[in-house]
Amino acid sequence: MTSIKIKNLNAYYGEKQVLKEINLDIGEKRVTAIIGPSGCGKSTLLRCINRMNDFIDIFRAEGEIDIDDKDIMQMDPVLLRKQVGMVFQKPNPFPKTIFENVAWGPKIHGTKDKSTLNKIVNNSLKQAALWDEVKGRLKDNALGLSGGQQQRLCIARALAVSPEVILLDEPCSALDPVSTAKIEDLIVALKKHYTIVIVTHNMQQAARVSDNTAFLLNGDLIEYSDTDTLFETPKDKRTEDYITGRFG
Amino acid sequence: MGRLKDAVIEKILLACALISILTMIGIVATLLFETINFFSEVSIASFLFDTKWTPLFKPAHYGILPLINGTLIITIGAAAVALPLGILTAIFLSEYASPKFRQVAKPVLEILAGVPTVVYGYFALTFITPLLRKAYPETNIFNAASASIVVGILILPMVASLSEDAIRAVPRSIREGAYALGATPFEVSTKVAVPAALSGILASFILALSRAIGETMAVTIAAGMMPRLTLNPLEGVQTMTAYIVQVSLGDTPRGTIGYQSIFAVAMVLFIMTLGMNIASQLIRQKYREAYV
Ligand SMILES: Nc1ncnc2c1ncn2[C@@H]1O[C@H](COP(=O)(O)OP(=O)(O)OP(=O)(O)O)[C@@H](O)[C@H]1O
Ligand SMILES: [Mg+2]
Repeated sequence: MTSIKIKNLNAYYGEKQVLKEINLDIGEKRVTAIIGPSGCGKSTLLRCINRMNDFIDIFRAEGEIDIDDKDIMQMDPVLLRKQVGMVFQKPNPFPKTIFENVAWGPKIHGTKDKSTLNKIVNNSLKQAALWDEVKGRLKDNALGLSGGQQQRLCIARALAVSPEVILLDEPCSALDPVSTAKIEDLIVALKKHYTIVIVTHNMQQAARVSDNTAFLLNGDLIEYSDTDTLFETPKDKRTEDYITGRFG
Repeated sequence: MGRLKDAVIEKILLACALISILTMIGIVATLLFETINFFSEVSIASFLFDTKWTPLFKPAHYGILPLINGTLIITIGAAAVALPLGILTAIFLSEYASPKFRQVAKPVLEILAGVPTVVYGYFALTFITPLLRKAYPETNIFNAASASIVVGILILPMVASLSEDAIRAVPRSIREGAYALGATPFEVSTKVAVPAALSGILASFILALSRAIGETMAVTIAAGMMPRLTLNPLEGVQTMTAYIVQVSLGDTPRGTIGYQSIFAVAMVLFIMTLGMNIASQLIRQKYREAYV
């Protein structure tokens, strides 16, 4: 139901152009990975999709991004972000209880009923594979959780507002291998219900979790295809060099 | 050579630290000494529970309640002005104002905080009081309301500036997390940033209130010198600080009970402000790790 179409997207920080004529169709209920060397514009591209770059004064974008054929530049960014959730590179739970973290989104969007909130919190924590670890201590401060738990809490927090799209910006880069594996499993499980876009530095991770992969280099979209094709028979020399580790 | 220099510098710094500590001890010792003299003639019970303060007239009464009452009325009034306005200013500056505006506004706030308080006192007397008298003709020339308002204005920059620092210290990543859930700027500031900064905000409140309690010139000019045990803000009151000024400026001879009384009052003032400063420190420490 929720596909994303990026058309002729150009993005600038001040004078500096960081995305060049990006055209990308992101399929619904699939996991799309964005890979590329550091500084190539992956985060910028991801943050265009929920307009998080609006907060950066010097940022400017041209082109169009449609979600379900609606131009996001015409949408209220607040409503857009309810529909398009985001998980950041470093876990950023609120300095509140575990329960409050997950209930925060539904609350600001008008859910007041205590039992409804309870249900949402339980479901979100279960979906984020965190429920078993925290069910006895929902009233504890979220900052007492481990990094991996905090990141899954942030995923639960994003799920709680029932988004249709989830953007993940290197969600595992601050985590140990065990937590990483848990989150990768989670991503695969979540694509039944959500359209997922993930930025990652880790090519094995892209290969493991994604259906499609886009390779960015210096702001250009070099290659975009289904993940197996891109990793096994890349068409572009630069893609091949990057995935075989010859540069980047 | 370098080591010798270090050693000398260390000694000099140590001397400076010792000087300020010794000064502090000296002040407290003087306070204590004269306060003890005072209480050898006035019982603590009458000091705390008598409802009249007339140490310089016959019959002399030494009940500090009217002075504490005057100080508290003005402090509470000032808090009612400065705390809501201060926090709103802080929210505006931290979440809504453009960086350029903030760059101008912050130094202006700090300059406002540096204006001599006697100027605020005359501002109250010549501007706020006439306005009050227009609205409520029964208002005295010297009245607590005018003093409250002006002290509120006087501590407002401190509340705004310190609260703004606290709110802005909340990491950007936490705000982004809230925005990414579809929150409005208002929700982000009131439901994430302000709660996360609460300890710093409370500490700024307490510091500002202790400043209000200790404020001297503005309240002496605006609220007058009549120690009254009243809750009516349109009447004149005397604060603890105003009493100290009154005696210090007058010709009360050293060694008399009138002279000693200012030390007893100063002692009470000292204990109150010290307590509040310690509370502010404790709050800050307790919540230091509110976010990482
Ligand atoms: N707020 C900003 N102001 C100015 N330039 C920026 C800003 N954010 C990013 N850039 C620049 O834009 C380019 C793309 O940055 P972006 O963060 O999108 O890269 P990335 O691919 O996510 O890199 P990484 O893998 O290191 O996270 C970089 O050259 C970066 O220096
Ligand atoms: Mg990035």
